[in-house]
Amino acid sequence: MASITMAQALNAALRDALKEDERVLVFGEDVGPLGGVFRITDGLTRDFGEERCFDTPLAESGIVGLAVGMAMGGFRPVVEMQFDAFAYPAFEQITSHVAKLRNRTRGRLTLPMVIRIPYAGGIGGVEHHCDSSEGYYVHTPGLKVVTPSSVEDAYHLLRDAIDDPDPVIFLEPKKLYWSKADADLESRAVRPFGRAEIVRPGRDATLIAYGPSVPVALQAAEAAEQEGRSLEVVDLRTLVPFDDATVTESVNRTGRCVVVQEAQGFGGVGAEIAARVQERCFHLLHAPVLRVAGFDIPYPPPKLEHAHLPGVDRVLDAVDRLQFDDEPDLYHAVTKGATA
Amino acid sequence: MAAKTPRQRVQSLLPALDPVRFLPAPGHASPVKAPDDYALPSDELLLEAYRRMVVGRRFDTQATALTKQGRLAVYPSSRGQDACQIAAAMALKQSDWLFPTYRDSMALIARGIDPVEVLTLLRGDWHCGYDPNRVRTAPQCTPLATQVLHATGMAEAMRRKGEDGVALALIGDGGTSEGDFHEALNFAAVFRAPVVFFVQNNKYAISVPLARQSAAPSLAYKGIGYGVRSEQVDGNDLPAVLSVLTTAVERARAGDGPMLVEAHTYRVEAHTNADDATRYREQDEVEAWRAADPLGRLTAYLRDRGLLTDEIADGAHAEAEQYAAELRTRMNADTAADPLALFDHVFAEPTPQLREQRAQLAAELAATETGGD
Repeated sequence: MASITMAQALNAALRDALKEDERVLVFGEDVGPLGGVFRITDGLTRDFGEERCFDTPLAESGIVGLAVGMAMGGFRPVVEMQFDAFAYPAFEQITSHVAKLRNRTRGRLTLPMVIRIPYAGGIGGVEHHCDSSEGYYVHTPGLKVVTPSSVEDAYHLLRDAIDDPDPVIFLEPKKLYWSKADADLESRAVRPFGRAEIVRPGRDATLIAYGPSVPVALQAAEAAEQEGRSLEVVDLRTLVPFDDATVTESVNRTGRCVVVQEAQGFGGVGAEIAARVQERCFHLLHAPVLRVAGFDIPYPPPKLEHAHLPGVDRVLDAVDRLQFDDEPDLYHAVTKGATA
Repeated sequence: MAAKTPRQRVQSLLPALDPVRFLPAPGHASPVKAPDDYALPSDELLLEAYRRMVVGRRFDTQATALTKQGRLAVYPSSRGQDACQIAAAMALKQSDWLFPTYRDSMALIARGIDPVEVLTLLRGDWHCGYDPNRVRTAPQCTPLATQVLHATGMAEAMRRKGEDGVALALIGDGGTSEGDFHEALNFAAVFRAPVVFFVQNNKYAISVPLARQSAAPSLAYKGIGYGVRSEQVDGNDLPAVLSVLTTAVERARAGDGPMLVEAHTYRVEAHTNADDATRYREQDEVEAWRAADPLGRLTAYLRDRGLLTDEIADGAHAEAEQYAAELRTRMNADTAADPLALFDHVFAEPTPQLREQRAQLAAELAATETGGD
């Protein structure tokens, strides 16, 4: 088993998909000879030819709209949006067509296509390069939304996404592109698509995380272990479909839950998860479900992103508020409720 | 053949200065001589177009009547654009693809699609009533200009698969202001996709007149910036529209790349039955365009040439009446849409959450049926 980066794992997934299915096409901005700004498509045009991996004009709605037509015509397009915020011009195509065509036509026209989007921050990117845009996509019925946190999962989830009969928004955490690990690229069926994974077992509380926040949650669990607290970490892997079963089972067992996301908190994925957990686990919860998130601000400039991104300390502070000492959590009552 | 000079290249992309026209029109005493590129369609084709226009016009008035009777939620009439609608359908082979908007129902029935399936969207039973793969016609598109990119993608898919199919995208004057229209022209030109962009310039985007929509000399000039060959045509002149569209489609099929065609026509009715056109245009203007009615002009031409006999005309009108009568009967039958079908095609397989919600709705419906609450 070789040690590779997440970027290499994603490249391998595209390669293997191109090899196995001649309907698969890769296109977008700079994905050809350059290999993409993050080199995820490195060498694909060289090895598979212009017909299979090609550059398009610089227009994101055009890229996605073209992919819709090509998928209607029998291809399985895998398109790249260069950055999270650069995908917004394609929003109408994604929400009005990609997400709805199967439904509008009662299953007669389907869109097996993947929209790859490098997302989230932590790489010192300037404005418009670091958005956590998952909330927009999960709120759109008809889209599957996937985000890997590990090298191995990056490969398998992308293969699954390309094989999927439905359109998939594939969110790649930029800051993990260069993370390195031993990866088994052979065992495709180990983690079924749509299932979350308990990536660290624990007893005292459940941390629910996805994509770029999974390593943060794991580090927090490691630090908590030093303090004698055993935290379980759930990696959601797919936000849609959402794996209520794994999440509910874990929280029912630990009785406490913190959701960790990098995105701004208001109206976000963490809010949805917190609501679902309270609905399903209320009688076994020892404390309110808490969210750890970015602030409700436009993404900060590079020198200030450290203040915005949820880190280990913010996670551990939340864990400390989970009423392990049976004292009520007065955080909001005292600090936030004291309005003038 | 010598390479084109820059001037020749530019001129080869530009539309004719005046719209291509074969038929006499009010204000145009004699027909404009068509460029050599365009041939007058055969007598047989023109008589076929006449028959389809008579049926299409009757379909349109019937659909408007059905709306007044409450059978359709809304109906955007294409009356006045009949020549464009019929020519669009006739320019394509069955194996080509059509990408229509909400106003193109007449083109769909002219393409042979079951009118009840066409009106399913407007009746409100489902979003698209026909099987797009079977009739090689995309669902009628409501978000403006988005379908033009799909047509480009489909054309590119057919080209890559080695099929000789062409995609025809329908769009209105307002739609040419949308970004997707421009992105589609650009993509199509770069990929040399076999797609034809057909702009029905009916002079209004709901209430906004053309002058507020664009300052271009004509909308056909939007092609040259992308390297797309363009033409403008009298949209109420069936022979001209059919000739130009057929030329565009066959050139695309032959590998000459995309083409933009603008038809100058007029939306005689309001935007939909829910719109009040008297708030933004004068009746005199409407009457002037009624005088240039595409069916009237074609009829006069065919009569003048002795091609259209009373027998043929009576036959077409009888067919149209029968078509409308059958449509009335079928549309007046009440349909039962199944609420539980709402969950069937969100994904290939429903998620666990959708299964739960389906069960919830089933319970609500069962409670209603048994009189509970």
